[in-house]
Amino acid sequence: MADENEHEEYDSDEEVEMTAADVLLKLEEAWLNEKFAPELLESKSDLVECMLEQIQQMEENLTRCKKGDFRIIIHRMELDRIKYIITSYLRIRLSKIEKFVHHNLEKELNREDSESSKLSNEEFVYAKQYADNLESHLKSVAIKHMPPNLQNFDKDKTAPRPNLESYIFLKVTEDQEGVMVEEETDEHENEIINLEKGAQHIMRYKPISKLVENGSVSLI
Amino acid sequence: MAKMFGEKALELIRELHRSSEGTLPPYNDDTLRQVLEEMRALYEENQKDVGATVAGEQGLFAGVQFRHASLERNKRCLLAYLYNRIQRIRTMRWEFGIALPKDIKENLSEQEVLWFNKYSKGLGDYMKSIGDAGLDLTQDMQPPKSLYIEVRCLVDVGEFETEDGTIILLKKNSQHFLRRSQCEHLIRQGILEHIV
Repeated sequence: MADENEHEEYDSDEEVEMTAADVLLKLEEAWLNEKFAPELLESKSDLVECMLEQIQQMEENLTRCKKGDFRIIIHRMELDRIKYIITSYLRIRLSKIEKFVHHNLEKELNREDSESSKLSNEEFVYAKQYADNLESHLKSVAIKHMPPNLQNFDKDKTAPRPNLESYIFLKVTEDQEGVMVEEETDEHENEIINLEKGAQHIMRYKPISKLVENGSVSLI
Repeated sequence: MAKMFGEKALELIRELHRSSEGTLPPYNDDTLRQVLEEMRALYEENQKDVGATVAGEQGLFAGVQFRHASLERNKRCLLAYLYNRIQRIRTMRWEFGIALPKDIKENLSEQEVLWFNKYSKGLGDYMKSIGDAGLDLTQDMQPPKSLYIEVRCLVDVGEFETEDGTIILLKKNSQHFLRRSQCEHLIRQGILEHIV
């Protein structure tokens, strides 16, 4: 596979703990998780940056290659595919940031120092700017012209929030014992299930959201 | 004919609901003003009644409550109308790029154009800040199926320089075999057509 050649050439350049192929696998996993999760997940910007550097190096190497070399086509396809994964990942994040902008900003402002941020620095700047733009538009076009007692714009009440109860498909990557799954109906109390490695399930997102975060399950 | 409060506001919502997903009907400033006018009238009636109640008159509370509910409904419909238009305009930034086609731009209000430009700038700033050299997220929107694609030129454009320096003459109806990544934005603008 083209991947093997790549990591031989570039691994020696920097002190990476993972090979380029590993980074790509992790990025693919992050991309799929982000695609299927109803809420915004942790930002994997270090993976993105690493992969972008790899792409740059690969492109440089390709320009130095003899023109007409068959392998160039294969490598360029690989580059196009990787670029698609990266841009798709960032686009999905952007659309979730925009859709739930107030919710995400609120979470960011209220989080403890020990928790990690879901938004990268650049995404935070973007989210703030988007929220301000939207709010000033609604205020200047409509709210400003409304009667005085209706001019409060209560974002907490009106902001869209992600539906954590939506169902998702998942694949178990590490054995998990004693996962607590609350039943929707009042009949059963909290049910405890065991997840076996390699098994696939469909269930609500909320009980397993922590497992997605630490990588013991991945969404499919 | 008895008029119901909130009817005009509902008209706005219906207008959006009837139009199909990718389109944007013209900004309905008239109806919007009428809704705001209705809100002002309702508010003034309420002010009168509140004043009268303080002065000792009875039985006005139900009316005040009813008008207040209508006011809240109007507010909700207006905000929904504006917010949903913004959503569609946002999608257009991703579809058409920074410059909107004239016939679409006509349907936007001045403030919506302002919003669009601010959104474009915010997006541009964010894209520039990715990695070392920035990353254009509006490219590579589809998973790549092949490296080169067959395209037909729809409009006379003239000379076009490809990545490796070769110059191609884009004349109407001419066909070319080009790198997919270079054609993407030309296809979206309607200059080239992907031959499947």
